[in-house]
Amino acid sequence: MKRYSAFAIAREALRHHTGWERAWRKATPKKKYDVVIVGAGGHGLATAYYLGKNHGIKNVAILEKGWLGGGNTGRNTTIIRSNYLQDPSAAIYEKARSLYETMSQDLNYNVMFSPRGVMMLAQTHHEVRGYERTAHANSLQGVETQFIGPEKVKELCPIIRLDGPRYPVLGALYQPRGGTARHDAVAWGYARACSDMGMDIIQQCEVTAVRSDAGKVRGVTTTMGDIDCDKLAIVVAGNSGVLADMAGFRLPIESVALQALVSEPIKPAMDVVIMANTVHGYMSQSDKGEMVIGGGTDGYNNYTQRGSFHHVEETVRALIETFPMLSRLKMLRQWGGIVDITGDRSPIISKTPLGGCFINCGWGTGGFKAIPGSGWATAEMIAQGAPGPLASAFGLERFREGRFIDESVAAGVAH
Amino acid sequence: MLILECPYCGVHAEETELHGGGEAHLTRHGPESSDQDFEGYLFQRENPRGVHFERWRHVHGCGKWFHAARCTATLEVFGTYSAQTSEPPQHIRDRISAKRPGWSWRELA
Ligand SMILES: Cc1cc2nc3c(=O)[nH]c(=O)nc-3n(C[C@H](O)[C@H](O)[C@H](O)COP(=O)(O)OP(=O)(O)OC[C@H]3O[C@@H](n4cnc5c(N)ncnc54)[C@H](O)[C@@H]3O)c2cc1C
Ligand SMILES: [Zn+2]
Repeated sequence: MKRYSAFAIAREALRHHTGWERAWRKATPKKKYDVVIVGAGGHGLATAYYLGKNHGIKNVAILEKGWLGGGNTGRNTTIIRSNYLQDPSAAIYEKARSLYETMSQDLNYNVMFSPRGVMMLAQTHHEVRGYERTAHANSLQGVETQFIGPEKVKELCPIIRLDGPRYPVLGALYQPRGGTARHDAVAWGYARACSDMGMDIIQQCEVTAVRSDAGKVRGVTTTMGDIDCDKLAIVVAGNSGVLADMAGFRLPIESVALQALVSEPIKPAMDVVIMANTVHGYMSQSDKGEMVIGGGTDGYNNYTQRGSFHHVEETVRALIETFPMLSRLKMLRQWGGIVDITGDRSPIISKTPLGGCFINCGWGTGGFKAIPGSGWATAEMIAQGAPGPLASAFGLERFREGRFIDESVAAGVAH
Repeated sequence: MLILECPYCGVHAEETELHGGGEAHLTRHGPESSDQDFEGYLFQRENPRGVHFERWRHVHGCGKWFHAARCTATLEVFGTYSAQTSEPPQHIRDRISAKRPGWSWRELA
């Protein structure tokens, strides 16, 4: 792999950009791999990357039914934060956030991580108490956050209106090292590094069945034929229920649509990320100048990657109260992704009832921020055959045992 | 925009008038059941890519709960029916079978 650098850009500029190589090889499936990963989203690719980098397992295929990064990874609004309430969440999300800090250097790929700060607005007294509690929990967990008052909110975000008619801004939970990153680049950077280690990324290859023998996985059937493996990892977000059905078990998951939208590009107006959970809306400004906006999920099971217009309308209406200047903006594009929601709003990183088959899912509306930490933990589980310290609390058995990692109360809109 | 006919009032209600209540026909296991059955009832969901039976409430109308049969892959609605039943009525099953040959009602719940 040729390294990307300022020097490489200069060199290629002088020879009309004829020297760039493909970021990843086009691969055709082999008969057998040590590990097959279903789903080339951020979590599947990061899992493959850390399998190779941390555990030396490189005979790996990543199978993707569409194009890599074309699922939720390429559809999300890229908010990165780790100010969760429960200890297991704070540990894995903070691991992820800290890996984002050095990801561009690690992958030699500019993922444009921008730790511009994330504010979660407190717009009711209940939220003030909740976020003060989270700030205390975070300081015990070693996650740097603070509860700030309305003046500080206004200073950090001058376009905000503090004394809105329904929900005045009473303060915010502020994480200065939270922010955003370029979603496609995260997928592409991992893919390039995986391909460089000799792993096969096979796009347009849909898994249609899981083959097993005596309670142990043997391989998968795909639209490109049968592929055998010793270990199988299912990392397919909204399609988790479908793959679990193939592997013979059920999940505590419902798949629903989550939508996002962007405005026309404007001059820099806001250099922090703002989430307003009471009114169900959040916003950041992209480097292109678009206001990137999202809200709550749609209300019913759905696999179509589209949602209902009234949700978009509700989100925009809510945000206009707090950001009146938005009312003048035209909205340019809207899209949806299918998110995998669990009962306690926390993810699943787990062994499954089928031997040799592992699953990573349930990141729901908020898994982009977790990609490196989740890949790290999932690779460790696959390599060692059992979850390590980051993953152990996220097993499937927690639902039976009543050991929930309840983040639904802590974050109304969990992005 | 999803439109469902309320089987009680006959109104073709659009989504904002309704409230989704999740998977229908769950067997409600009680405290004396096994951990596995209780977990299944509380958390595990069929979540199919395809035919789905679900509960809806006509909140901004008659206020009653009813059931709907829908396809989660195409958003097609096969029909709605009263909630006073533990499995989908035969005419709904026949309609689904006509449109999704080979489909069968799964006794998972
Ligand atoms: C609108 C929206 C906004 C969001 N905003 C944020 C945010 O601000 N911050 C945040 O942290 N998170 C956010 N999220 C959540 C985040 O996008 C996801 O949690 C995360 O991207 C999940 O990554 P993944 O790799 O698990 O899934 P995906 O990226 O969806 O990858 C799964 C892949 O599996 C493939 N696949 C499925 N079935 C098969 C099969 N049978 N065979 C082969 N391949 C298959 C799919 O094609 C897909 O590419 C948002 C999500 C949406 C939809
Ligand atoms: Zn009615």
